[in-house]
Amino acid sequence: MFGWLVWRDLILAWRRRADVLATLFFFIIVVSLFPLGIGPERETLRTIAPGVVWVAALLASMLSLGRIFGNDYQDGTLEQLLLTPQPAYLVVLAKVLAHWIVAELPLVVIAPVLGLQFGLSQNGLAIVVVSLLLGTPVLSVIGSVGAALTLGLRAANVLVALLVLPLYIPVLIFGSGAVQASVTGSSPQAWLLLLGATLIVSLVFAPWATSAALRISVE
Amino acid sequence: MSKHRINWYKYAAPANFYPLAGKMIPVFAIPAAILFVAGLYVGFFVAPTDAVQGESYRILFIHVPAAWMGMFLYVLMAVYAGIGWAFNARLASMMATAIATTGAIFTFISLVTGSLWGRPAWGVWWVWDARLTSTLILLFLYIGFISLQSSIDDWRRADRAGAVLALVGVVNVPIIYFSVQWWNSLHQGATITKSSFKMAPSMAAAMLILLGACWLYSIAVVLVRVRYIIREREQEAPWLAEATA
Repeated sequence: MFGWLVWRDLILAWRRRADVLATLFFFIIVVSLFPLGIGPERETLRTIAPGVVWVAALLASMLSLGRIFGNDYQDGTLEQLLLTPQPAYLVVLAKVLAHWIVAELPLVVIAPVLGLQFGLSQNGLAIVVVSLLLGTPVLSVIGSVGAALTLGLRAANVLVALLVLPLYIPVLIFGSGAVQASVTGSSPQAWLLLLGATLIVSLVFAPWATSAALRISVE
Repeated sequence: MSKHRINWYKYAAPANFYPLAGKMIPVFAIPAAILFVAGLYVGFFVAPTDAVQGESYRILFIHVPAAWMGMFLYVLMAVYAGIGWAFNARLASMMATAIATTGAIFTFISLVTGSLWGRPAWGVWWVWDARLTSTLILLFLYIGFISLQSSIDDWRRADRAGAVLALVGVVNVPIIYFSVQWWNSLHQGATITKSSFKMAPSMAAAMLILLGACWLYSIAVVLVRVRYIIREREQEAPWLAEATA
């Protein structure tokens, strides 16, 4: 059931490749705008790179949150999924995993290329990838709470941003902290460990909140 | 009191709570006004001028209580929202909705007064200090809660959705606080501490009196607001027509 649900969401996403690509290009464009706005000095770019990549990742992953449950909610599939004997927790986890693969994994893959634009060292690029790998699942799973709460509401997209962005702040701090540490030459280990801890805690608790929110919204 | 026990559950029904709240408002509002006047008097005329900061420190008398209230009301709001959600007690959910606005206002006041205080004390309007930043994030959380509730038309769903959000927020507040603190120690740009600031007894007294005033004010205002919420939601109820006739 779990695997089936993930597979189904992946197929659905594959049939709408344009949506996925749009998120990816949004990420690329936002990151590329910063050098244009700030200027091409290499030293400045290197100092802002961690923050820029992470803030852009936050915004890009927020864009696609509506898609986690939106379509299933509209055609009634979500209600059926919640009626199955499987725990709602697993349903949520499967949908979050699918969202992560579709919307976040491409960001992780493309991020090192964008890091090159900012003159990050090889070590820095590696930390960008590792921190994004640890941090983006947290974005997906916390975002799913916001997505579930705003299902079917007016202006749900703006509302999701208001609800979810403040909750993303620890991830932003830990993630960009790790990259920053590697840029300045100190060890990013502490930040990565914090990021990992956030990942574990949010994976345990957030799907529970999401399934509660889903039941409220579907009712 | 000991002869007849009060049946607390009775007041969980809006129909019974509405008149009670009406009676309780002056009980809290009048002492609040008295304490405000007393606290401001002590703060402005009794408390001595600070050796380091001069007169400008006096903004603390409103800044600190407002900041405390902002934090505390968020927790209180989450508790009420959680009770309302878990036990299906609609009055508790209404209380949560009523508290949110007051909490947001106090958080906003503490940010504005902090900024006004920062200008003479630190020379800048805003510092990305851990406390300021986490207060700002707290304000964002309040705004999220209020805007979520106001964009849901069905108030039953609004109550429950707000409860989930408030509880998630409460779990997150300590995480956010510590992350901001670590972030701040990483950057170490504008580390300005409020040390070298010891409190004279009259200063502490003024602050505590004003804290009490803010508390009583919050209770009174929340009761007023919850009465409006009851009236809005129970428009159809016959008891309301009787009560307001």
